[in-house]
Amino acid sequence: MVRLRLNGEDHETLARSGETLLEILRERLGLTGTKHGCEVGECGACTVLVDGAPRLSCLVLPEQLADAEVTTVEGLADGAVLHPLQTSFMRLGASQCGYCTSGMLLSAKALLDEHPDPSNAEIREALAGNVCRCTGYAAIVDAVADAAETLRDAP
Amino acid sequence: MLRLPAFEHLRAESVRDAAGMLADHGGTARLLAGGTDLLAKMKRRQVMPDALVGIGHLAPLREVRVAPSGAAELGAAVTLAEALADRRLAADQPGYLEAVGVVSSPALRNAGTIGGNLCVDTRCNYNDMTEEWRHAVGYCLKTGCGERCQVAASSPRCWAIFSSDTAPMAIALGATVVVWGAEGERELPLGTLYADDGKAHLQLGPAEILTALRLPARRGWRVAYEKLRRRSAVDFPLAGAAVALELDGDVVAACRLVLGAVASHPVELHDVAQALTGRRLDDEAIEEAATAGARLAKPLDNSDLNYVWRKRMVKVILERALRRAAGADRGRLR
Amino acid sequence: MRPPPPWAGRRLGTEPGDGDALSDGFQVVGKALPRLDALGKVTGATRYADDLSWPGTLACVLLRSPHPHARIVAVDTAAAAATKGVVAVLTGADLPVRYGAIATSQDEAALASDKVRYVGEPVVAVAAVDEVTAREATKKIAVDYEVLAPVSSIEQALLAPADEPIHEGTKGNIHRLAALEFGDVDEGFAVADVVREDVFFYEGSNHLAMEEHSATAIFADGQLTLWSSTQAPHNLHRVLAKVLDLPMTRVRVVATPHGGGFGGKVDPAAHEVVVSKLAVLTGRPVKCTLSREEVFYNHRGRHPALMWVRTGAARDGQITAMHFRVALDGGALASLGAATTYYTGALQPATYDIPAYRFEACRVFTNKAPCGPKRGHGTPQPRFALEIHLDKLAEDLGMDPVALRRCNYVRPQSRTVNWLRITSCGIEEVTEKVLAASGFATRSRRVGHGQGFAVSAYLCGAGFPMYPSQLPHSEVGLKVDRGGVTVFCGATDIGQGSDTVLATVVAEELGLDRADVRVVTADTGLTPVDLGSYSSRVTFMAGNAAIDAARKIRTLLLEEAARTSGLLAHELRVGDGRFGPLSFEQAVEAAEERHGALSASGSYAPPPGISGEFRGSAVGPGPAYTYSAAVVDLDADPTTGEVLVHKVWVAHDIGRLLNPVLVRGQMDGNVYMALAEALMESQTYRKDLLHHPSVLEYKTPLATDMPAIEHLYVETIDPEGPYGAKEVGQGPFLPVVPAVVSAIHDALGVWVDEVPVTPEKILRALDARDRGALGRAGPKRFPAVPFPPCIKVEPPHAATARV
Repeated sequence: MVRLRLNGEDHETLARSGETLLEILRERLGLTGTKHGCEVGECGACTVLVDGAPRLSCLVLPEQLADAEVTTVEGLADGAVLHPLQTSFMRLGASQCGYCTSGMLLSAKALLDEHPDPSNAEIREALAGNVCRCTGYAAIVDAVADAAETLRDAP
Repeated sequence: MLRLPAFEHLRAESVRDAAGMLADHGGTARLLAGGTDLLAKMKRRQVMPDALVGIGHLAPLREVRVAPSGAAELGAAVTLAEALADRRLAADQPGYLEAVGVVSSPALRNAGTIGGNLCVDTRCNYNDMTEEWRHAVGYCLKTGCGERCQVAASSPRCWAIFSSDTAPMAIALGATVVVWGAEGERELPLGTLYADDGKAHLQLGPAEILTALRLPARRGWRVAYEKLRRRSAVDFPLAGAAVALELDGDVVAACRLVLGAVASHPVELHDVAQALTGRRLDDEAIEEAATAGARLAKPLDNSDLNYVWRKRMVKVILERALRRAAGADRGRLR
Repeated sequence: MRPPPPWAGRRLGTEPGDGDALSDGFQVVGKALPRLDALGKVTGATRYADDLSWPGTLACVLLRSPHPHARIVAVDTAAAAATKGVVAVLTGADLPVRYGAIATSQDEAALASDKVRYVGEPVVAVAAVDEVTAREATKKIAVDYEVLAPVSSIEQALLAPADEPIHEGTKGNIHRLAALEFGDVDEGFAVADVVREDVFFYEGSNHLAMEEHSATAIFADGQLTLWSSTQAPHNLHRVLAKVLDLPMTRVRVVATPHGGGFGGKVDPAAHEVVVSKLAVLTGRPVKCTLSREEVFYNHRGRHPALMWVRTGAARDGQITAMHFRVALDGGALASLGAATTYYTGALQPATYDIPAYRFEACRVFTNKAPCGPKRGHGTPQPRFALEIHLDKLAEDLGMDPVALRRCNYVRPQSRTVNWLRITSCGIEEVTEKVLAASGFATRSRRVGHGQGFAVSAYLCGAGFPMYPSQLPHSEVGLKVDRGGVTVFCGATDIGQGSDTVLATVVAEELGLDRADVRVVTADTGLTPVDLGSYSSRVTFMAGNAAIDAARKIRTLLLEEAARTSGLLAHELRVGDGRFGPLSFEQAVEAAEERHGALSASGSYAPPPGISGEFRGSAVGPGPAYTYSAAVVDLDADPTTGEVLVHKVWVAHDIGRLLNPVLVRGQMDGNVYMALAEALMESQTYRKDLLHHPSVLEYKTPLATDMPAIEHLYVETIDPEGPYGAKEVGQGPFLPVVPAVVSAIHDALGVWVDEVPVTPEKILRALDARDRGALGRAGPKRFPAVPFPPCIKVEPPHAATARV
């Protein structure tokens, strides 16, 4: 039995020995917004937040989490209100095939939570572990900067 | 999807407890802290431990202490990201943090620990492959049932590459590590932790645990770590050059130079450092030191890019590191 | 005579009598609007193939060959089949029917039966209650192989086989030979003032789509349904019917939302066939998701290409003749390689007016993962070779390399020497724009810094399908009633935004907001046929088909609005949800009352006369061509050979910008993928095994590796494109690779005639120069290939060359 504090809710689920957080999210809890592109920590598609910091869920065991709060892409919006990163990604075309998007969004959220006004280089550094094959990263970097501005302007 | 093999997860309540668990399993258990190296290798069936002993949560391993002198002690389970964010370390141990900052990607630095990076397994692109691939190539000396080294067929030993970024820099800084074993704690110079064997590069007993890294006070020293890699993030080093030196005017008063990723262990350039000591750190001295140091690098065709090019680059990065330590603002201590 | 384009004479949002409405008055077209499926992607709600699950789904795992070339002597699956939890085991004997992406190349078996031809070729499939059980069971399978000598290179493939050819019935290991000559090439060389020859090599690469391929099949009520991340559901539909011996009426293929294609999901794949067969056998849903390494084995990526080119020119730079030779390493299967072979020669004359052109190509089989179509399909390699060759020719002539190109540019409304029909053509304009924006002519000159320029062309959709047919290439159904507007089309959104394009087109025609248009695509059970997402065909072909359908509905609604208002149809303004005095809903209700539910179909087939008539003429022609030009600015370090790209300017003749958000994404993505191939990516082998079968070792640029990109657009308003639009999915890729190599030469004075340009190659070229040799790194010679005599094709007569 695995207990998880996930997107603000408590979850309990059965899991086989050796199932990673990635498998538990996708296959036990049906939260398929977290993607996989390599399963060995090389592509960033499975990025989630653990206590606000990006982690690769393919290399996280539930036993390592203890009481940590896990945030997945499904937990990014506040109910029906999208996170500014989500709106900026949509508006600026930062999501094409969309497969890297969840990981990108969560890496970006961790950045903006720490650095409300990141430089272009800081945004790129924060996203360096997330591979994207569609956008050349350009629209993604623009969208993160755009969302940062929205967040700074927010009351 | 690549999945982990089955194993038993054991949660240690103390370092002693963890050592006991390791001993109980007689070498078939592995320590788990960040898991970034181990879990990937388990998914590729390079290692198949019966049990993982979780130590990442142990408070004594999670501490960073910095003395007024600037000397620091970091618990082995402090993450790379936590070390990077520590203002005291930024002030007093910038050389070490420079190396920490070029390890992999932000997400992996959030998981990976400073102890894990010191102990990171040696790498070889005949070995860091899936079970199916290694089966197809016929395995090798490092894992599985292989009877020969795939990169040097006539060699009796494994040539997997030492791939830590932080260890060369820490050695250059004169670091020691604390190891906890059945006989209690021992402290040893970090450099002596490593053996020149890609298959078994750590001189640790099966139930021994590296618990802390101790960095001596190095205020006033000049430091630089140059990492050769293909991309600006994520990649392991193709070569690394760590320099720590103390200048008396423009004369080298003390100096340590260490290469990474050019052999199965970090290569400390004692003779080159000795030759530099007492000399003016001018272009000629740097050129001579870099040339001499690069001679000791013996890359093989088991990593990214052409190995002849990699050997040639060792001189370049060593020269860059020395040059930066000699004069550039970056890397200079208070 | 072509029928007028679908919107000819229409007045969009303008007063009656305002004849020229193309440049303005659009309601949706041309606006920077987000893609319609963006919400699902940013919230994680979009369900990709591996996100789908059904109760009781079996997991399928494939056992693959560990040998590059071997005969299968025996397969023992008894122990695996007896394993608890295993439901079915398949071998090659269960799937004897061969198939392939194109009609003339049916050489694939989903599971190998007689022999294996590459490491990673599927041999046995196991279906079990879960993936762990299935994988464990594969370890109990014993396959007895008799190992054969592998063929590892183009050169080796051209020799007599050591053991036996990779495929039966081929001459040695040669898969395809092509030899064409347009005009009198010998005469062209004879009159040339300068003749130059060069040899180039372009390494193979993988698509590395972020999503690993996945497919799930269900067989129920005599109907097979396959959900798969495929780029070409129609073709897969045909293949499954053939291999499973089911009528097409009993097979349905649904292309799921796509985690990236780039050509890697065009071919029917073994796992798609296998799960379908297993579903039929077991009656249970069966899923197979490939691992990253398995994706590298499935491959179908860029062909490694060895190229030789010889060009003659007059002193003033006019090209008098060109002779182009290509040898392609096809890997173990045909895939779309027959088309690839011809593509490597087809588009050189699409940018340059070459009066006499000889093209010889050869594709060989080797014991490697099969090559196939990747973004630019067969054209990035020759474009790289051609552009660098022209740089060198300019040096020989003492000419500015841009000036040399410009004096040979093709013109709009012309016919190339190989009979391609050029209509709209912005090659001059893209050149001008990119030169002006980059300051190429006045770039700073210092050692280690350089800029490079190159130009290219690409087609807007293959003019001919993958199987002989006179049927439409794209069909659209449109349903309009009181419940709403729904577009049905077989086109597949692989991330490029084609669903959004379809909604845009229909919204524009019916004066609606895009959100009012529901789009149902890529489901062979529900949607009319579209040939698939390849060859940059969807916007042009499906877009036109959608316009065709929407205009029929528009006409019906205008009639009702005219009837109700007493005005003439052409007096009515359509837009903002209104048809003249009626709201859209009122117009629909009136029409529905009269006709019942409104439905219309539209279709598109390329016009006749876009190609010549000779063997091989079906590859290359498209209904229109885009033109792209790039300037790359970089630093190249003479000490290390490392390259740092600062900026890329890319100008593209897009016809018309339908949506700047989507277009920008394609421009950026093209530049990125081209830089990756120019500097990093390679699918290479060592000991006949993949060298880099992981995301870590298969180096691709990260966010921190990408330079700034500046986009420049030229709108040539193509006479046949939807609202004048042309493709952008592949064209802007092409000039970037040669521009990188040219810039490196500009920076260091050496040529690297081989991509990817790794640091060691640059140092090799510099070392050669320092030794007093030619400052060059690259292949030395083109191998002896038994090309057949050229098929001689009379080029279009000068008098008729201008259409």
